Amino acid sequence: MYVSLNWLKQYVDIDNITPEELAEKITRSGIEVESIERVAPESTNVVVGYVESCEQHPNADKLNLCQINVGTETYQIICGAPNIAQGQKIAAALPGARLPGGVKIKKAKLRGVESHGMVCSLQELGIDEKFVPKDVTDGIFVFPEDTEVGTPVAELLNLDDVILELGLTPNRADAMSMLGVAYEVAAILGKEVNQPEETYQTSDSKAADLVSVKVEDAELNPYYGAFVIEDVTIAPSPLWMRNYLMAAGIRPINNVVDITNYVLLVYGQPLHAFDYDKVATKEIVVRSAKQGEKIQTLDDQERTLKGDEIVITNGNEPIALAGVMGGANSEVSDDTKNVLLEAAFFDARAIRRSSKHHNLRSEASARYEKGIDPNRVQRAGAYAARLLAEYAGGKVAQGIAAFDELDREEKQVKIDTASVNNRLGTTISDEEIASILTKLQFGFEQDNSQFTVFVPTRRGDISLFEDMLEEIARIYGYDNIPYTLPEGEAFAGKLTTKQYLKRQLKQYLQGAGLMETITYSLTSKKRTEMLVSPDVSEQAVFPVKLKMPMSEEHSHLRLSIIPELVNTLSYNVARKQENLGYFEFGRVFLSNEEQITEQPNETARLAGALTGTWMEQPWQQEKKPVDFYVAKGIVEGIFAQLDLGPVFQQAQVDGYHPGRTATVSLNGKVVGVVGQLHPTVQKAFDLKETYVFDLDIAYLMDQYEEVPSFRTIPRHPSVTRDIALAVDEAAHAGDIQRTIQEAGGELVQQVQIFDVYQGEHMEAGKKSIAYTVLYQDPTRTLTDEEVEASYNNIIENVKAKHDAELRS
Amino acid sequence: MREKLEALQAEAIEKVQSSDNLQSLQDVRVAYLGKKGPITEVLRGMGKLSPEERPVIGELANKVREAIATALDNKKNLLEEAALNEQLQKEAIDVTLPGRPVKAGGPHLLTSIIEEVEDLFLGMGFEIKEGPEVETDYFNFEALNLPQDHPARDMQDSFYVTDHLLLRTQTSPVQARTMREYDGNKAIKMICPGIVYRRDTDDATHSHQFTQIEGLLVDKNVRMSDLKGVLLEFSRKLFGADREIRLRPSFFPFTEPSVEVDVTCKVCDGKGCNVCKHTGWIEILGAGMVHSNVLRMSGYDPEEYSGFAFGMGVERIAMLKYGVDDIRHFYTNDVRFLSQYHKA
Ligand SMILES: [Zn+2]
Repeated sequence: MYVSLNWLKQYVDIDNITPEELAEKITRSGIEVESIERVAPESTNVVVGYVESCEQHPNADKLNLCQINVGTETYQIICGAPNIAQGQKIAAALPGARLPGGVKIKKAKLRGVESHGMVCSLQELGIDEKFVPKDVTDGIFVFPEDTEVGTPVAELLNLDDVILELGLTPNRADAMSMLGVAYEVAAILGKEVNQPEETYQTSDSKAADLVSVKVEDAELNPYYGAFVIEDVTIAPSPLWMRNYLMAAGIRPINNVVDITNYVLLVYGQPLHAFDYDKVATKEIVVRSAKQGEKIQTLDDQERTLKGDEIVITNGNEPIALAGVMGGANSEVSDDTKNVLLEAAFFDARAIRRSSKHHNLRSEASARYEKGIDPNRVQRAGAYAARLLAEYAGGKVAQGIAAFDELDREEKQVKIDTASVNNRLGTTISDEEIASILTKLQFGFEQDNSQFTVFVPTRRGDISLFEDMLEEIARIYGYDNIPYTLPEGEAFAGKLTTKQYLKRQLKQYLQGAGLMETITYSLTSKKRTEMLVSPDVSEQAVFPVKLKMPMSEEHSHLRLSIIPELVNTLSYNVARKQENLGYFEFGRVFLSNEEQITEQPNETARLAGALTGTWMEQPWQQEKKPVDFYVAKGIVEGIFAQLDLGPVFQQAQVDGYHPGRTATVSLNGKVVGVVGQLHPTVQKAFDLKETYVFDLDIAYLMDQYEEVPSFRTIPRHPSVTRDIALAVDEAAHAGDIQRTIQEAGGELVQQVQIFDVYQGEHMEAGKKSIAYTVLYQDPTRTLTDEEVEASYNNIIENVKAKHDAELRS
Repeated sequence: MREKLEALQAEAIEKVQSSDNLQSLQDVRVAYLGKKGPITEVLRGMGKLSPEERPVIGELANKVREAIATALDNKKNLLEEAALNEQLQKEAIDVTLPGRPVKAGGPHLLTSIIEEVEDLFLGMGFEIKEGPEVETDYFNFEALNLPQDHPARDMQDSFYVTDHLLLRTQTSPVQARTMREYDGNKAIKMICPGIVYRRDTDDATHSHQFTQIEGLLVDKNVRMSDLKGVLLEFSRKLFGADREIRLRPSFFPFTEPSVEVDVTCKVCDGKGCNVCKHTGWIEILGAGMVHSNVLRMSGYDPEEYSGFAFGMGVERIAMLKYGVDDIRHFYTNDVRFLSQYHKA
């Protein structure tokens, strides 16, 4: 909402306050002033001039040589505007004048002829082109004939006006009008509101004789009033009105249309002017649209109606999309003689639906859909009738042809001083509350500290105690509310175990040299189909798809973090950042329905991706690229943080290197994957060797035991035995390690691999793996016999299960 | 005999002094103090002496033995020290060569802010709650006093999945869920950080995905002054002890009265600059007293309970605190951006 302060002055006294101070006060007490702008503060020495003569420039086809009389003197000015003509009154910038944008006017020679100034268009005077009347956007502005020559145009065009732009929240629909803003300003400054004069002279005609009004559904349209104004003359509206409309961001059209817009801005009440003679049936019927019915609106669009819009009809066909936009078939035009003026109250939700469905927002619909003041409908109509008589020469018929079931009652809200203070933490007195209500111009009855407030209908947003509480608080001033701390029991908050673990794991990964990322949850369909961890893909899951995505790139919720991480690597590598380690602790969204109806399962995953060099020491010629074991080591570290023991098994996973990928399991359940990306995937992302891991961290954190059972610190010595085995080169060290652990029995505390060898001293196709087995019983010293028995059992088992030979 | 012992002592000490390595020193030790050495020999010959001389010579022999042993030990220490010095010298390296780089990981800037805010509120007794990102229309809107057809609710702003499921546009549904969980009869002090989604085209100041932290306190007799107190404490801890805050009226369906909260600009200390658009204030969050409809819908009796809620955009806080100029930086994860904000 743009508010011209020159205009606002007519309704409330703001003479003793600067625009900046006023804006600050408005912002601090309820409505944010988003900007303060002067229409064209720089225009000086621009006056109204009379075009005494206008001839073609002797040396240029498109230029005119004009003699402009500004009262005291006549200036020769060259002007290129196509619409300049002898006898006009125009804006002449004289030598020494300053125009917006720092333009300075000087004497100049144009094609050999002297020019002593410039004839200005409205744009050149600083008015935004989109608000300039259409007939003068390509030329100069022509003042009305009765304008006095020599008058500074700044005055005439309100160029010294200051415009406040209000950012209105949805509850403050009342401030979508000059009167509404006046009430707000009056409450802040403690002033009165001056109401417009709404009386008018009537002719002998009676509106009810000229038109009949019928409303089918009073819920949708509780009031419809038709004024009839006969014998109007279509012409430009008065200059001051055009100025205000332009300041408010509305383009002037003609007196009739301008008056309806002007009144809309004053009262917040939309009005619509029909060409009475085009409503041939002399009948207005308001009803719901029929499905498939068509109407051509004023913006020249043919619209097919859905069926739940309200339409104004002539009894046969729609002539307006109610509350949104008029129809072309009943439009006021230059030859309109008689006007049917609609002042109506439509259901807010119906207008909102209609405007949304047709993607058509107008000044009218913007107000209707937020709710208008039932007590201003007729007043606005009357004021418009008065203006039509005054500025369009119309004769107003008596009365209003109306349908009226409108509820105009004021709502009552009870408040009491104690409740207000309890909720705000203040010590406001009864008198202060009464004074605030008076400033707001709300009627009330007071019984000591009990108030019954009669809420004016202009404030449709107020119906509850807290609505009134907010009014009192904002006028009282939020700065005047003290600072206190809640009185409830004070205790320190605490992270839950999982929140704590999440932080712990992130810290571990950072310590391990990985950088945390946060990537988008919304991804492309294609990416939901790649690099999904086997523990996810083994379930029947579907990605969640948006109903109306903004782009294909962000159309589905992710099933895996890996594609996003890989994409991030790719982004960085393309920017010459080649040694990277990333992790993300984020959610994936798994639905078990192909057509989703229920909320999907949102589960936390911990994923990482590494590429390039892992360790580097240039002057020692040390350069260690990331490999499988770096990634695996990090995964093992994650499990160690949670005190859990993972099992890794060679696996074939889509998108992963077939020989360098392992599933990660816990308690026999696959919980993730670690491995190298398949070279084709690497290539698709322009990456070199890249290793990733992806874990169902939600499940892993579930397995974490918050208070691990106490483990006795061993007091008795341990015994170690080394076992070197020759096995097939394809055998997996981890499998043999598990066999050793199991066959060794309870006394085996740890089995470690300390050497893997393949080559010269080995038979072809064989490799050697050496293990250290650590025996210990925390309660006693072990005997040679029991260690020996365990050792023998291990050897027997590895021979049988892995075809291993003991090396000496 | 006495002369012989004294000569032996002088001779041995002479040899000790002239030894230049540990081996020759050991040879001297064996030669003079060994079982076959001259002193032992002297002692063996003591039988020939008179009973008066025996203790005197015995004492002298022991003294000589001790003197030689001491000389040996001293010399040994000297030689060992020299050997160590020599070794240390050999071990010297060029300390001006660069060190072996340690891979530096670190948190995402948004995580740092979230954890900082979490810690501030944990300290004030709040707990941390989470909720689903694919939310029902009911919890995302209706339970928050935004019924169908409410002007403040625009389907264009949300990503719908079905007619009643959408990507949450705010973290407030977690508050509604928590109120329901607490059954209308317990005090609530919670914050809920999380990812939210809006139908915005990504540019320098808009992101279709962003992060919010909202907070809720519901109890008997909660006042708007408590909201001011808690937010002042929070703002000072996050932005600096000399910060002031101010409240401006606003509108959120979830709360009434609703306010926007500004903190004094740290760039200009409230004097006015480009960052604060010459107002001296920077908007950091929205807040208000929980609307009675919301309390009632979530099972709390508004006659008995009241509460306040607040919410902030984490990206915005990060942008203000660290001067980040484009919200997309948070999601492209350029390593050169991420590593700027690591303290380590
Ligand atoms: Zn500043």
